[in-house]
Parts: sequence; structure tokens; C-alpha cells
Amino acid sequence: MTLSDQPLRIAGREFTSRLLVGTGKYRDAAETAAALEASGTEVVTFAVRRTDLGQGNDEPSLLEVAPPSRYTLLPNTAGCYDARAAVRTCRLARELLDGHNLVKLEVLGDETTLYPNVVETLKAAEALIADGFDVMAYTSDDPIVARELEALGCCAIMPLGSLIGSGCGIQNPHNIRLIVERVSVPVLIDAGIGTASEAALAMELGCDAVLMNSAIAHARDPVAMAWAMKAAVEAGRGAYLAGRMPRRGQADPSSPMAGRIRG
Amino acid sequence: MMMPVHINGEPHLVEDGWRLEALLADLDLSGSRIAVEVNEEVVPASRRADTVLAAGDCIEIVHAIGGG
Repeated sequence: MTLSDQPLRIAGREFTSRLLVGTGKYRDAAETAAALEASGTEVVTFAVRRTDLGQGNDEPSLLEVAPPSRYTLLPNTAGCYDARAAVRTCRLARELLDGHNLVKLEVLGDETTLYPNVVETLKAAEALIADGFDVMAYTSDDPIVARELEALGCCAIMPLGSLIGSGCGIQNPHNIRLIVERVSVPVLIDAGIGTASEAALAMELGCDAVLMNSAIAHARDPVAMAWAMKAAVEAGRGAYLAGRMPRRGQADPSSPMAGRIRG
Repeated sequence: MMMPVHINGEPHLVEDGWRLEALLADLDLSGSRIAVEVNEEVVPASRRADTVLAAGDCIEIVHAIGGG
């Protein structure tokens, strides 16, 4: 059987896959392309950086590895430490993608933790939404901030599971559940997923999707891990929709007690 | 006459009164998938031909790279 599910809807766009994938840290373009393929993703995030001048420019463009004709491209503001830089980056990305206005906003607090600076994130979200962007906001796992971002008009709330690139999984599943319960727009775990069980847990908690990069790119075999993450996200989503059995403090035999042979 | 500008944070000398399109051609970037900002304002590709550079302009030229 196949899972009977609604599509993931973000800002009027519909997706079948609930796994969004980053394109950093792979060995080369071929590995990036193979991992994207194996993950089944439809949404691919990328960074915007200064072009090297006078160096031949012969490496394949990321937009060739992940063509906009095949994937929904999600430019991110990784590396921005204030709202102004994040807004400028999004405007450049919109120009780069011929007016495409869906962005992943992340405004970071410091280089050691890469923890979101929620004050600057809120400022940037407000400015970007006023400028016509559809903003998916990377944020802390604070349910109050999540609601503030939703109130500003963000089209998705993306709390961290744990620090970017840490692979430490979901450190506060209770907060993630609080966010899922209180926010109406899609909630995605963005950052911290390390292995398949953690991606499944995100979905079992009721998240609408998961975004990851390092868990795939830094696996010993990124293409195999991309497949595993696809399966994990589907399994976790299926378990969430199916509804898990209640936890009990005592055993409950699976075989009937009646009719046992007795000496 | 040459005039000083900054391109991606580095000082450069370019022809006085150059248009952005000429600068990009000189940098061998005419056919590249890039986006350009002059003094923190995006210049759409359709306006590169009529954007005249001035001394002291800060030009940013960016492209898409892998990232998460």
C-alpha cells in the first residue's frame, strides 16, 4: 500500500516529498546530484556568495547541478549576522532566480553556535514580507518566537533540532511539539538531524517536513544516507498519521490468556 | 581616465563612465548566472546596459553555491 497523505503546502506551492535538502559540503557536483536524486527531494537550498573574479569560472554552477526546471530552489541567507545583510542576500537571490520569491531566512548570532539571532530574524522577516518574499524562517525552538514569526506572515517556521551541522538530533522534542501545536503554517525541523531515526522522530512529533544538509553530506556514503533519510521521513510521517499506540506502565500480552494448556 | 570602485570588497580601477554591462564583459561574466548590486541596490539584468558606474561605487557580484 502507499501512504494516503496530503501534499506539503508552502506558500501556495505543493510538494509530495517532505524532505528538503541542502547542497553544501559534498565532495563534488556529481555526488551532490546523486544525493539529491536518491533523497527524492523537490526543494533544494543553496547559498549566495561573491563570484571569484578572473578565475576561469569553470566549475559547474549549482544551478546546473540542481536545475530550477527540476527542483524548487530555496536560496538561504546562511552566513548573515544581521537583518540588513539577510535582506540584501534575498534580493540578490531573487534577481539570480528571475523573480522567484521563496527564501530560507536565517540570521545567525555567533560563529561558534550559529544559533539564530531571533531579534534580527524578526526584523528581516518583516522587511522581506513587506518586499513580497515568501519567508521560511529558521529559528530557535522557542514556541513564542515561532508564533511571532507566523504573525508577521512567515510561510513556514523552521526550528532547529540542535545546532547547525552538529548532528545532535532533536534536543527538545517537547518544544517542537509545542510549536507544532501552536502554529498553523508548516513546521520544519531545520538543523541538527544526524541520522535516520532523528528524521523519523521529527515527523512523528508532527512536523510537516525536515530540512537537512550535513546528515547526508557528511555520512560515509552520502547517496545511501540520502535514501535512508527519504525512507525515514516517509516512515515517520506514516507513523504520525497512523497514530502511535498509548504508552503503558505494565505489560499487555499480545496472545490471548484463554485456552492456554496447563499442567 | 580611470576611476576607483570596489568590486566584491576589493579596490579596482575601471574606465571612467563605464556602464555595468561593459564591466561584466571585461570580467568575462556576461554569460554567467550572476546577480549584481551597486551600492546595496540590486541592478536587474535588464538595466545593466544603462547603469553608469561612478567613482567610489561598491559593486557586489554573486552567484549560487552549495549550502545548507
